[in-house]
Amino acid sequence: MTSSDAIDVVVVGGGHNGLVAAALLAKAGRKVTVLEAADDVGGAARTEAFAPGFRVSALAHVLNRLHPDVVRELDLARHGLTLDAGDTPSVALAEGGDALILHGAYGERLSGASKTEAEAWNGLRAQLFRYAGMLKLFLARRPPDLSGMSMGETASLAKAGLSLRRLGREDMRDFLRMLLMNVTDVLDEHLEDRRLRGLLAFDAVLGCHLGPRSPTSLLGLYNRLTGEIGGRPGAQALPKGGMGAVTAAIARAASAAGVTIRTGATVARIGVDKGRVTGVTLAGGEEIRAATVVSGANPKTTFLDLVGTRAVDTGFVRKLGNIRMKGDAAKLHLALNRLPAFHGVPVETLKGRLVIAPSDEHVERAFNPSKYGAFSPEPVMEITIPSLSDPSLAPAGAHVLSAVVQYAPYELREGWEAGRPKLLAAIMARLEAHAPGIGNSVLASELLTPADIERRYRMPGGHWHHGELQADQMLMSRPVSGWSGYDTPVEGLYLCGGGSHPGGGVSGAPGMNAARTILAMRSK
Amino acid sequence: MTTDSMIPPARHAAQDHFRTLRLASPFQPRLEALGRQEDWYTWAGYKAPQSLWDEELEFFAIRSQAAVFDISPMVKYRIEGPDAEAYLDRLTLRDVTKLGVGRVHYTAWCDDEGHVLDDGTLFRLAADRFRLCCQERHLPWLLDSAIGYDVAIEEETEAVAGLALQGPTSWVVLRDAGFAGSERLKAFDLADFPHEGGSVTVSRTGFTGDLGYELFVPAGAALSLWDRLFAAGRVHGIRAIGYAALNRARIEAGLIVANADFATAEHAVRADRVRQPDEIGLGFMIDAAKAGHYNGRRAIEAARRNKTLRRILVGLEIEGNVPAEHAIVYHRAKKEVGLVSAAIWSPTAKRNIAIASLERPYGDTVVDDLWVEIYAMRELQYQKLMKRAKVVPRPFVKLARRTASPPGIF
Repeated sequence: MTSSDAIDVVVVGGGHNGLVAAALLAKAGRKVTVLEAADDVGGAARTEAFAPGFRVSALAHVLNRLHPDVVRELDLARHGLTLDAGDTPSVALAEGGDALILHGAYGERLSGASKTEAEAWNGLRAQLFRYAGMLKLFLARRPPDLSGMSMGETASLAKAGLSLRRLGREDMRDFLRMLLMNVTDVLDEHLEDRRLRGLLAFDAVLGCHLGPRSPTSLLGLYNRLTGEIGGRPGAQALPKGGMGAVTAAIARAASAAGVTIRTGATVARIGVDKGRVTGVTLAGGEEIRAATVVSGANPKTTFLDLVGTRAVDTGFVRKLGNIRMKGDAAKLHLALNRLPAFHGVPVETLKGRLVIAPSDEHVERAFNPSKYGAFSPEPVMEITIPSLSDPSLAPAGAHVLSAVVQYAPYELREGWEAGRPKLLAAIMARLEAHAPGIGNSVLASELLTPADIERRYRMPGGHWHHGELQADQMLMSRPVSGWSGYDTPVEGLYLCGGGSHPGGGVSGAPGMNAARTILAMRSK
Repeated sequence: MTTDSMIPPARHAAQDHFRTLRLASPFQPRLEALGRQEDWYTWAGYKAPQSLWDEELEFFAIRSQAAVFDISPMVKYRIEGPDAEAYLDRLTLRDVTKLGVGRVHYTAWCDDEGHVLDDGTLFRLAADRFRLCCQERHLPWLLDSAIGYDVAIEEETEAVAGLALQGPTSWVVLRDAGFAGSERLKAFDLADFPHEGGSVTVSRTGFTGDLGYELFVPAGAALSLWDRLFAAGRVHGIRAIGYAALNRARIEAGLIVANADFATAEHAVRADRVRQPDEIGLGFMIDAAKAGHYNGRRAIEAARRNKTLRRILVGLEIEGNVPAEHAIVYHRAKKEVGLVSAAIWSPTAKRNIAIASLERPYGDTVVDDLWVEIYAMRELQYQKLMKRAKVVPRPFVKLARRTASPPGIF
């Protein structure tokens, strides 16, 4: 069976980036169909039930980097997205002591810190935002490619250079000095409070296979600080209705723009003839022809599985094979029969983001075993209790706890079947230490290891960035050098997912940049 | 634990490889016995003869008798499996689906940028079994190219011995050596013939532009094959030869040598030394209608479409009789436009010939008023000769006996 030829663009995968790309292309007049394998769109940005009556943001659970251009261009407010960061604090827990609380947008105000520490933090915070601002200039565009840049691209790169000059001589030198530093060395220069250091170290390495002392680990913190909510850099929010509500708003914007969204439609094959994409074939055999195919799937999946190695060159296959994408984070969901009480945490701050990372050294020690295929015996984690801000996620009086836990290496030596219950026990021991009695309130639990994440969300290696977000896999090296501009060696086939610049996280930026690239190419 | 004891015992023997600076070919005992000159060079790690007895006479053995050249050092890969044809079709430039069983073709392969990695000959031994012969080692590239194919690739350079038997009397040597049916081999055909309880694969191929064959046997049967040919060939003037003589014959035939006439992509250090097939005279291998993808296709077709090819390889005929080896090529005797990579006075063509790489448009659309500057050493002084050069088609020497079927009796 062959569908009508009237489709201009097929988008493979209805994750948030695929939907953003689809919506922007449709708004520009293209006839777009999104094909999603699962029963619902959203990919890893979904709200899912994990126990009767309990729902939770499946993978991504904190919104902190949805790109403002995406919000504006898709008019997401009109499509039901409420972006109110309010005061969603970050809370650095301390076992047996008072927590340190970062209020406002990434610690505009600290409570629980000494006066000198608070002053030191203010200085460092301002500096980090200034430098992250430099990198922010690169988020919403193709990575620079000196060999083939258009006038516009060259001009915007020149603008970035100009901004660097505007930092002033000392600041510019420090920006360049710090660019590839590790976060611990930077903390050593500025801060003493173990809780604050632990939280910053944790945020720097979150989602990466890095310890705070690994070279370049500071980049992860910069990356976090390039995000913003409602124009407030560094702010975060727990969206009402979970992350699925964000995707739903994007999907509504896409539908309003005329995008056809088909769920339960698994793409088995991307067709290529003489170097040009011809369309896709679904698992059931249905062929859909289109001159443009945009893949939100992982770059490896796209080329090694869907296109197949036979239609592309060996050097390109080599580069894809070398992308590092072995996830090192697990996701925990708990159904609780009552609100847990955390040591030293005022109850009104429980609706924020709670971080168990007692010190940067603790994070480093937690990282060590993962290098050798073992999980951390005392893992570090970030916790949210989304049912506090959205009671609909749990039955009355009950609560949902969601946690991202590090480190949990994709290739666990003992295998995840044997390892999962042991990791769960290790996590529960940490939770019990900070929230005594929490174990007794658990009605149901779900622990997603990288192996589960790989299976459930079609993310190779269970890596939520679709590839390590480290210096050698950023910008013009993402997903591979020579092909970082969303276009690919197959004419008419584009990548639009987190595997492309600027990487994962619920930002919509790869999808937006891919759509802009396609529209710019078509108008040439 | 010492470092030494950490090496598995099975690998101890292999640790000795560096003590043998040059490997011996399976034919080494016969070559050593005939090698009056002790004029050896290194070919892909093997000790190989530059000349065995007399370079001039060795050349004339190719053109007038039967010359035997040891091609065992040539790098050989065995490529086998249900996807072998599809795999090679993607790896190499030419259309492998058109290569029949029992046939050989000359081909080349490129990296993603369309730069030539090597050229070589592809032998189709069976529907799903091939042998690829070439100048350089490529196992990592061949294995990475196999991702997504059901195919096994094995290097068999040391396991398989090879001989080139070239020259007008080469077929009668085969006939008298008892290779019944070898008369049926047309140019680029191959077939197996019995030998010592095993078999020898004989193809009507070569690197001389003459009537000739190439014979492949397991290394253990090498010497008996040699003796079988030499016993039968004695009355037909069979002679063993070295590379110097073969090199002259191949220049007459207009054939190029990797890393002599062009730099292979993985060896080139300087960014402008790499070459697309169209820049080294291999454009004929590219078939715009080839159905399957082949490595480098996107870049090769883009270069053709955008006219970004910068160089061209041409045959030159040069006035006078002084070989123009490595001479600079000029336009109007002033503007430097290229370099001669190989040149000889051709005894067969009675012409002064050369293979040169020129910067387009010279050699492409601008072919008149070309000159070469030859530095002829005359008793410790260079005599600079500015000689007129004319672009001429290759091969410089075309012999009807190369392709005559059945092969001639001389």
